[in-house]
Amino acid sequence: MRAIFLREFFGYFRTPVAWVFLSVFLIASVGVPWFLGNFFESNDASLRIFFRFIPWIYLFLIPAVGMRLWSEEKKSGTLELLLTYPVSLGQAVLAKFLAGWLFIGLALLLTAGMPLTVAYLGDPDWGTVASGYLGAFLVAGAFLGICSACSSLTANSVISFVLGLMCCLLLVLLGWNVFGDLLLSLNFPVPLVDFLASFGVLPRFNPMVDGIVAFADLVYFVSISIFALCFNRVVLHR
Amino acid sequence: MSAPHSTARIEANGLSKSFGEIQAVRNVSFSVNPGEVVGFIGPNGAGKSTTLRMLTGFLRPSEGSASIAGIDVLKHPIQARLRFGYLPETGPLYGEMTVVEFLRFVAGARRIRSVELDGDLIRVRKVCHLEKVWHQTIETLSKGYRQRVGLAQAIIHDPDCLILDEPTDGLDPNQKQEVRDLVNEMAAEKAILLSTHILEELEAVCSRVILLHQGEILLDESLEAMRKRHPLFGSVKIRVAPADADRSLSVFGKLEPFVERIDRQGDHFLLRSRDKRNVSDAVLAVSKDAGLALLEVAPVIPRLEEVFQELTRPQSKFIEEQG
Repeated sequence: MRAIFLREFFGYFRTPVAWVFLSVFLIASVGVPWFLGNFFESNDASLRIFFRFIPWIYLFLIPAVGMRLWSEEKKSGTLELLLTYPVSLGQAVLAKFLAGWLFIGLALLLTAGMPLTVAYLGDPDWGTVASGYLGAFLVAGAFLGICSACSSLTANSVISFVLGLMCCLLLVLLGWNVFGDLLLSLNFPVPLVDFLASFGVLPRFNPMVDGIVAFADLVYFVSISIFALCFNRVVLHR
Repeated sequence: MSAPHSTARIEANGLSKSFGEIQAVRNVSFSVNPGEVVGFIGPNGAGKSTTLRMLTGFLRPSEGSASIAGIDVLKHPIQARLRFGYLPETGPLYGEMTVVEFLRFVAGARRIRSVELDGDLIRVRKVCHLEKVWHQTIETLSKGYRQRVGLAQAIIHDPDCLILDEPTDGLDPNQKQEVRDLVNEMAAEKAILLSTHILEELEAVCSRVILLHQGEILLDESLEAMRKRHPLFGSVKIRVAPADADRSLSVFGKLEPFVERIDRQGDHFLLRSRDKRNVSDAVLAVSKDAGLALLEVAPVIPRLEEVFQELTRPQSKFIEEQG
C-alpha cells in the first residue's frame, strides 16, 4: 500500500499535472479573493473571503487531480498489473486517494502566504484560520473521493473530469442559498428545499470558516469520502 | 517462505466466463506442473487472455475456480498473488516512470524486503538485459525493451509460477530468441504458462500445448501428440532416378501394410503412412532389395501451423480422424 501511495504521490510531479495544478490553484485561490472578493478593501483581518471561494475553485481543480486516478490505469492497462499485485483492492483505492489528498493538502499549505499577509497587516484569530484550513482540507477529501469514484467508472479522463465536476457542482449548488432561492421561487416546498440544502457542502463548510467546528459537519465530510471510496471499490471489483 | 516446488502449480478447475450474452470461456480445466512450460494457443478471440485473467484473479470467473500453488486466487488473493508473476497482454507499464523507479515500485507492491531489494534488482537487470535503459523513462523505450521491463516486473520476486500473455508479441527475431532463452532457463523449477499465437514458439520452449477454440479446450497434449494429428505425420517424400520411376510404383506397393496411399508426380513420390509411424526405414529396405536408385528420401515434417489451422477451422476433419 505504501508503494502505491508513494508512486501516486510522486507521480503527480513526474508529469506537468502537479506544476500546472499548483500554479493555477495558487493564482486562483489568491487572485480570486483579491480581485473579485475585495479581500484588501474588506478591512477584515481574517481569511473569510479567501475560504469562501475555495469550494468554487475546487470545482475545477479537484476533478483535475482525481480524473486520472483510475481512468488512466484503465486506459493504459496498468490496472491489470496493479490488481494482480499482492495488494487488496481496498488498500489500492485508499492509497491512491490518500496520495491525491495529500497533494491537495500540499497545495493548501502553499497558500500560507495569505494568513501570513493578514498577520502582517493585522491580528487574525488563528483558531478560525486553522478551522478554515481544516474545513478546506475536508471539502477537498470529499470532492476527491467523488472524483476518484467517477474516474473508476470510465477509461476516458475527460469524461471522468466532467462527471466529477458535475457531482461536486451538485453538492455545492444544493447548499448555495442562491440555488435554494431559485427552488423556492419555483414553488418547491420549504421543507424539501431545506432538506436538499442539508446535503450541500456550503452550509457545512461556512461555519468552519467562521471558526465553528461541529461534529456533525466533520462526520458529513468524512462520510462522503468513505461512501465515495466504497463505491469506487465496488466499481472496480469484478 | 517458499513452499516445496511440488505445490507450485497453476490450476484451472472448470473456469467459465460470460460477458452478458457472450460466453467467452466454457468449462476450462487444466494444470501446469513445476518444470513444465505449457503453451496456451488458439485463434484470436478464443478466450486465452480471459482465461489467464481469471487465473490471476483479475477477472472473476462466472463459474469454476483457479488456484496458484494450491492457493485459491479468489479466496486468498493476496497469498496467491505473492506466488506468481504475470505479464499481461500488450505489456502495460507506467510510462512516466524510469525503469528502475518502476521496478522499485513493483518490488514495494510485491513486498520484497529492502535487504533483498538490491540483489533482486541486479538480478532482473542482468537477466532481462536492462543495463542500458536502467534510468530511462519507460515511455521512451522501444517495444523490445518495454517487453523486457514487463518480464522483469513478472520475475522480480522470483515466483514459483509464471503466467505470460504473449511474451514475444512485437519483438524482432533476436529479441524473441532472448525471451525464449530466458523462459527455458527458468523452466526447470517453475510452472510456466504462456499464451502465444506463434507456433514456432511452442516448438522452441513448450513441452505441452493447450489449444483453446471458441472458449473451450480442444486439446491438451504433448507437442509430439499434436504433430501426430497431421495427416502426413510419418509420411515420406522420395525422388527416384528417372530410369527407375515406373518400376518404383510396384516396389513401393509392397509396403502396403505401412503405407495407405502413394501419390506420384513424375519421379517424385509421396508415401502416406498408415498408422503415423515413420515409413522411411521400410522404404530404404525395400528399395535396397529391389535395387532402386533413390536420389532423395525425406520424412515429411508436419507443420504445427497446418494442424492448428485444421483444428480451428469449422468442421475440422483432423478431429474426426482421431476420434
